[in-house]
Amino acid sequence: MAARLPAIFKTTATRLSALYLLLFALCAAILVFYTTSLSVRMLTGQLQETISDEMPVLGRAYQRGGLPLLVRFVEQRSRQPGANLYLLADPQGRILAGNVEALQPGVLDIEGWTGSPFLYTRFDTAGEEIDEDRHRAVAYVMRLPNQMILLVGRDLGEAERLRTVMRQALMLALGFMGLGALIIWYVVGRRALKRIDQVSDAGRRIMAGDLSGRLPVSGTGDEFDRLSENLNAMLERIASLNEGLKQVSDNIAHDLKTPLTRMRNRAEAALAGNKGSAEYRKALETTIAEADQLIRTFNAILMISRLEAGYSAEQTAQIDLAAIIADVVELYEPLAEESGVQLTSAAPPRAPVTGNRELVGQALSNVIDNAIKYSQGEGRDAKVSVELSQGTGWRIDVADNGPGIPEADHNRATERFVRLEDSRSQPGSGLGLSLAKAIMGFHGGRLELTSRDPGICVSMVFPEDKAKK
Amino acid sequence: MKLLIIEDDREAADYLEKALTEAGHTAHLARDGETGYMLASDGEYDVLIVDRMLPKRDGLSVIAALRAKGIDTAVLILSALGEVDDRVTGLRAGGDDYLTKPYAFSELLARIEVLSRRKGRADIETVYRAGDLELDRLSHTVRRAGQEIVLQPREFRLLEYMMRHAGQVVTRTMLLENVWDYHFDPQTNVIDVHISRLRSKIEKGFDKPVLHTIRGAGYMLKAG
Repeated sequence: MAARLPAIFKTTATRLSALYLLLFALCAAILVFYTTSLSVRMLTGQLQETISDEMPVLGRAYQRGGLPLLVRFVEQRSRQPGANLYLLADPQGRILAGNVEALQPGVLDIEGWTGSPFLYTRFDTAGEEIDEDRHRAVAYVMRLPNQMILLVGRDLGEAERLRTVMRQALMLALGFMGLGALIIWYVVGRRALKRIDQVSDAGRRIMAGDLSGRLPVSGTGDEFDRLSENLNAMLERIASLNEGLKQVSDNIAHDLKTPLTRMRNRAEAALAGNKGSAEYRKALETTIAEADQLIRTFNAILMISRLEAGYSAEQTAQIDLAAIIADVVELYEPLAEESGVQLTSAAPPRAPVTGNRELVGQALSNVIDNAIKYSQGEGRDAKVSVELSQGTGWRIDVADNGPGIPEADHNRATERFVRLEDSRSQPGSGLGLSLAKAIMGFHGGRLELTSRDPGICVSMVFPEDKAKK
Repeated sequence: MKLLIIEDDREAADYLEKALTEAGHTAHLARDGETGYMLASDGEYDVLIVDRMLPKRDGLSVIAALRAKGIDTAVLILSALGEVDDRVTGLRAGGDDYLTKPYAFSELLARIEVLSRRKGRADIETVYRAGDLELDRLSHTVRRAGQEIVLQPREFRLLEYMMRHAGQVVTRTMLLENVWDYHFDPQTNVIDVHISRLRSKIEKGFDKPVLHTIRGAGYMLKAG
């Protein structure tokens, strides 16, 4: 059933509007009905009172002057403007006098108040016009001692008019309510729900595979905009994770396939021909070394992915950046010296941040490793300086005076596997800076690259430590 | 050395068993946590090699149960989970060392050998000796053939660790872990440079080398 309803009836707006309309109409109907019946009853009561006042007068007239006086009374009163209804009939119900021309049959048969309003036709003696319309009236019927029937009544015109006015009021109210319902339907349905529809349409498009699609934002800053903005931010995150995943699989395909192929070829070449055990040994050792490098690359990829997947407070504690710098610089100092690079560091005695010592240590070691690797060169006075300073948060600047990285390549340098041209001859997985960047991201900070003349400065920028304040 | 491997991956377990046997150890195999726990609960083994994810009973719960029972056999945890806090949870559960898969067998072997002598006299001794090399842990002095050698604090700790495990292979990662207290994988040959510096200090002017490079594995301090 519901499925076969036109689409418009399935919207919340239409349902809501219909419900409101129904509810208001019901209330209005009850109100009007109640008011009308109350007023009509009150009016009827008044009429009956007027009639009751009349009866004794007529009764006395009959007692005093008999039938002729009564007839005169009735004729006289009938002619007055706005007169009551008067009727004198013989025992058989034939009309003798009064201003009633015809009556609904049966009215005269029962003495006392007519139970319900009856129909009659008025005979207007005053204007000599015959009123063709049948009216409704209430009346009191009395049988005179000589079996003649006397009826005194009152037209219900006033009550009828009241009822009509009320009914018109009800119709008007209904009209307004209908209009109101339409407005509600328009406002809620055409505008608000249309936007929800837009959101769900966009959602469907995105689910269908268009991950670059975004939800519409109207710019009014209302709750729909906020919803859309949040969903967009979520999509942005999903897209970047997805992009990362794609990149990883692409890079795995490219960068792991090459060493795997090389390894396989080497093993094959070692098997071919007759070789001594020393040669076999050498081939196997190379194979192991290459496998180790592959494992290392793999671990780095996994680690980056996990770090990018999210932050876990359990893995962090209060750590001292100054101590980490001291450790890592001390670790690299011999290597720097051997490479002919002067490694210096400057740091305040203590620099507490919330973080993971292992990860920060690893990031710093990667950055320093890179700096040493790329600044070393023959005949140059190579220098790498590590400096810890505090701005809004702590930052570690690792600057070298090597060839640097062209400004345009700064972003690419921290991408996975990117090893800028002319650095391909250097050892390493090409993941060092990407891992450092992922680690800084994990800490809510960032990795900044700025060109120095000469060289480049890689900065590990930590966020302001909120726990301290 | 008597070893128990608790590992459900048949191929990995068989390889380990074979390789450890070839290395001169007695290796037993348990393919699920429950069996592993039963075999290990008499405390007869020197080192347990425990995988974290096991059928019937997971590795960490096996270790915790053994520790609760008072069995203090050294445990090396093997895990495919390599996240930063996995190591911490592993060690907190009662493991003595942690190795992430995939690993080099030489790394595993070196660690097992170090673990087996974990609770030896070395911890109590104040002076380590290897041939004519002598390290005094209290006065922080190093002598070779009675001649004092001045070392930097880190070099001293490096030598101290090497001497404590004299005759055993120590890998680069083990050195980084125990001397520098960092668990990441050094990308380049940083450790090698430290070793060669130390070597030049303790071997210069002496005939016999004491610090040997073990190809494909690491280093070994051995006199004579």
